[in-house]
Amino acid sequence: MTYAKPAFRHPDAKTNEVGCTRRDYEGGLSTLCAGCGHDSISAAIIDACYELSIEPHRVAKLSGIGCSSKTPAYFLSGSHSFNSVHGRMPSVATGANLANRDLIYIGVSGDGDTASIGMGQFAHVMRRNLNMTYIVENNGCYGLTKGQDSATMDTESVSKKGDINPYMPIDLVRVGIEIGATFVGRSFSGDKAQLVPLIKAAISHRGFALLDVISPCVTFNNHQGSTKSYASFRDHRDAMPVDFIPRREAITTSYDAGVVHEACMHDGSVLRLQKVNEEYNIEDPQSALEAIAHHAKEDRILTGLLYIKRDSEELHDVLQTAAKPLNTMTQRELCPGSRFLDSINAGLR
Amino acid sequence: MKPTDIRDPEYFHKVVDCQHACPAHTPVPEYIRLIAQERYDDAYMVNWESNVFPGILGRTCDRPCEPACRRGRVEEEPVAICRLKRVAADNKESILDRLPKIPTRKNGKKIALIGGGPASLTVARDLAPLGYQIDLYDNQPAGGGFMRSQIPSFRLPPSVLDEEVDYILGMGIHTHFHTYVDSLKSILDKSYDAVFVGTGAPRGSDLDIPGRQQCDKNIHIGIEWLGSVAFDHIHKTGKRVIVLGGGNTAMDCCRTARRLGGEDVKVVVRSEFAKMKASPWEIEDAQTEDIPIINNHMPKAFVHENGKLLGMKFDQVEVVYDQSGKRSLIPTGDEIFYEADEVLIAIGQDNAFPWIERDLGIEFGKWDMPQVDNTTFQSTNPKVFFGGDAAFGPENIITAVAHGHQSAVSIDLFLSGKSVQQRPAPGVNLISQKMGVHEWSYDNLVTIDLRQKVPHVDKSITLKDRKVEVELGFDIEAAYREAERCLNCDVQTVFDGAKCIECDGCTDICPTDCINFIDNAEEPVLRRSLRAPANDENQDLYISDRLVQTQRVMVKDENVCLHCGLCAERCPTGAWDMQRFLYSVTKAG
Repeated sequence: MTYAKPAFRHPDAKTNEVGCTRRDYEGGLSTLCAGCGHDSISAAIIDACYELSIEPHRVAKLSGIGCSSKTPAYFLSGSHSFNSVHGRMPSVATGANLANRDLIYIGVSGDGDTASIGMGQFAHVMRRNLNMTYIVENNGCYGLTKGQDSATMDTESVSKKGDINPYMPIDLVRVGIEIGATFVGRSFSGDKAQLVPLIKAAISHRGFALLDVISPCVTFNNHQGSTKSYASFRDHRDAMPVDFIPRREAITTSYDAGVVHEACMHDGSVLRLQKVNEEYNIEDPQSALEAIAHHAKEDRILTGLLYIKRDSEELHDVLQTAAKPLNTMTQRELCPGSRFLDSINAGLR
Repeated sequence: MKPTDIRDPEYFHKVVDCQHACPAHTPVPEYIRLIAQERYDDAYMVNWESNVFPGILGRTCDRPCEPACRRGRVEEEPVAICRLKRVAADNKESILDRLPKIPTRKNGKKIALIGGGPASLTVARDLAPLGYQIDLYDNQPAGGGFMRSQIPSFRLPPSVLDEEVDYILGMGIHTHFHTYVDSLKSILDKSYDAVFVGTGAPRGSDLDIPGRQQCDKNIHIGIEWLGSVAFDHIHKTGKRVIVLGGGNTAMDCCRTARRLGGEDVKVVVRSEFAKMKASPWEIEDAQTEDIPIINNHMPKAFVHENGKLLGMKFDQVEVVYDQSGKRSLIPTGDEIFYEADEVLIAIGQDNAFPWIERDLGIEFGKWDMPQVDNTTFQSTNPKVFFGGDAAFGPENIITAVAHGHQSAVSIDLFLSGKSVQQRPAPGVNLISQKMGVHEWSYDNLVTIDLRQKVPHVDKSITLKDRKVEVELGFDIEAAYREAERCLNCDVQTVFDGAKCIECDGCTDICPTDCINFIDNAEEPVLRRSLRAPANDENQDLYISDRLVQTQRVMVKDENVCLHCGLCAERCPTGAWDMQRFLYSVTKAG
């Protein structure tokens, strides 16, 4: 019995600007079921970080509990990592981010970890506009406990056992837009052409970036009757192609001007979205909600970048925190002494 | 691009680079696995069926398989295929009971083999078990041809040669040694049903420059001189020896000279080092024995005094390539003199057929070579077949074996009254290797071990006795480590598009980025647009039919696939499977 990934890489494998090949962004070998969408999302995160030439040690990856939350073990083994309590990844991320604002925060969660046990923390981290990328690996079921319907399971979707789901689903992207996420996208684990640029844009976005990624569970939710199977999701999906153009590259692709939305990101890179129609304004939350609802009514699922608010104030701006990470400060800066404590106490009297 | 037709046996055959490159198409990974399992007899027989001389070839093969080995494209060096073959030969027990039974009742057909080298012996090996009566003629005292006369004992011990030659001669072959055939007509007159000519390329090229005639006593043609050494007619040489030529014969000559008393032995070559024809490992062995190789020197004259050889004069040359890439050697004007007591000329060898009468219906063409069909090996006289070096000029042992197999097929077809053009299809077998979860019936873990070194006997011993074999061969442990370096390229990645749900699991896991799901296009476009560009056009792209969900196609670049099985491991539906592909060239009968 042998199950290990060979050390050899493609002899022509290119290195990025920080001297890494794609394989330098890998993690341990996945123990998820073969064919799990989550593994494709891990691969997309690897591609995005490789293509953005991010040094792995500049990343902190965080997760809660569930199949999805195991995946940080399977990418970026050279990064910081925190596997937290069920549904509590947002608070850990908030703490970490406040302590060190220089790292890139990538949170990975699932539909249970986000929309059920973690719904409260999820709502508040969005409301506070924490500067992070929050990826929900959304398969509509609790795979780790044998496939019960989750809160994102569509009404009337059939479980593997044959039961029809009677409840309303929580649509994470609509919740995100309503509550204050400043970058909201939906994508599909089986379409890296869309997913990778979306992750890159989410990482480049300054503020809270939510990516709801439909990620079929091959074991419990990939049968006929399920709305989150590979085949069904592909059938019902309307994909808006996304291009992410780093600052240093010239723009070469061209789309019909009326339906293209270009957004210049905080770091100078450009995100280009080919919209479904001219009226849709992705910088207007109302327009985004209407487009999503309109598609849903037609039994279609809109994917791509759905909403973006540029130049928002992220949590550090609101709190007016120090410009430097705490670990770069001296003891004198961190603990300025009793004189300062006295003056603070005096201000509270 | 059109979908790949994997039912064509040649598609997967080409993926097994080593086997494809081998003229005899020996199933290399198959026997390497057997060696790893310490099943040496089985490994030997896989070889013996295919290349007839595993012990000999395991020491002397030109190894066309090794430059082709996939391992050499993902790591520094290919698998030591040749020396693993020797491991099978060295460690086998008795295989006599596995040799084919020879019918006591013959089929009534008589065949003559002219020449006792590898080509003729292969024909005998293939036809004797079918009941043919076979006469073998050779002017040497024993069988083996150039394997006996030209390959020095320190590379190929006579005991190894005798054993493998005797397996064949023991099949009831009527040998006529010490018999130089000086007339093909006289053979044909003996009412043979077919004649096979495997007489090699026996004429060593000479060098007609000033002084050649006067110093004849101290100048020898390399292959003749090696033969005289092998048959104990020559026991010593002068202290200062110049060997002319850059091929393997030159390497054998210089190393033999070192063992017969040559102290200052040098090889002088017209062309540059990189263009030498000798195998790199033979050059290395010569250099290890303190033999300098002097390149870019054009022989000018033998220098002598009163008929005594003093040395040789050379023109130093410069290698110049013109725009079309044509090479010319331009003298720099410098003349160099090297002292020598003896000179060995090893600058090439030619065919010679003075013994074939020209009125026997055998057409001769360019270079006075017989016209031979390169598939059937039949000459324009349908009864007469040619193989080995005699057919198309000097090659090597393994090529002669391949010719022998095909000639035997032709002779058998011809004497059964069938068309020799209708070649039998290869034997093909494709079997899943899956045994369970994470379990494959081959070692799919790719080791990172580098190529194992073959230990040598110290030269203080080998240079004293030309019969001491230099290479010791791998011991069991080194052999195992080396065998595990094999990537098992014959365990094929077989894709069934109808089962694929396009989850990308295979693309994501592939360590060498071979697998793609993209829109179909013409080959040059596809090659550029893959995850890792497929720049080696000799390596095929494996293309599926259009897939159901997205209408894309699966494109796999075979080039650096490690055959690790992870694509099949990560496939939820069994669309990928690892299947062992056994391809065997069909033999006579």
